[in-house]
Amino acid sequence: MIATAAAFCMYVVALAMAMSLWRLLRGPTLPDRILALDTVSINSIALLVLYGIRVGSMVYFEAALVIAMLGFVSTVALSKYVMRRDIVE
Amino acid sequence: MNATLEILAVALLAIGSFFVLVGSLGLAKLDDFYKRLHGPTKASTMGVGCILLASIAVHALSSGGLSLRELLVSAFLFITAPVGALMMARAALAIHPQDRPDPPARPQDASRRD
Repeated sequence: MIATAAAFCMYVVALAMAMSLWRLLRGPTLPDRILALDTVSINSIALLVLYGIRVGSMVYFEAALVIAMLGFVSTVALSKYVMRRDIVE
Repeated sequence: MNATLEILAVALLAIGSFFVLVGSLGLAKLDDFYKRLHGPTKASTMGVGCILLASIAVHALSSGGLSLRELLVSAFLFITAPVGALMMARAALAIHPQDRPDPPARPQDASRRD
């Protein structure tokens, strides 16, 4: 039952990821694209955790943790670049 | 006990994926950047939080032990989501300074009373 539910939830999260990818491609301004990239990383965390539930392994949890850290750092770095045209001051 | 835990995990999975979908729907449908900023916060707190709680329940079912490592991702997202949203809002204000709302008007009664 849980594997079936996780498979169905993976379809739902993939639909959410497609919508945020649409915003990433279309987004009128640069902060919209940064926000869409942050949302894509959050969706990929959810997708990896769901795949770990479906397969029944804990390996994918570490990948989700790494994606969470890289997503936050990339969001802050891109925002700093947009604000000051310079990342390391 | 096992059936209860299974039903709880499936309900948490449904709630979590619903919130992830709602967050991305808000990101795609809303018409202003500052409105769009509200959508993905639901996905990162409620959505991923519920999915990670379901993952804790599933691994407690399969291995019998309670592993709280999933809470690490959830705590990290709870800490970093406001900082990321603040940085993105400041970047948007730096690009379009005319979007900044006017400061509230000074109260006229106080100056008249002096």
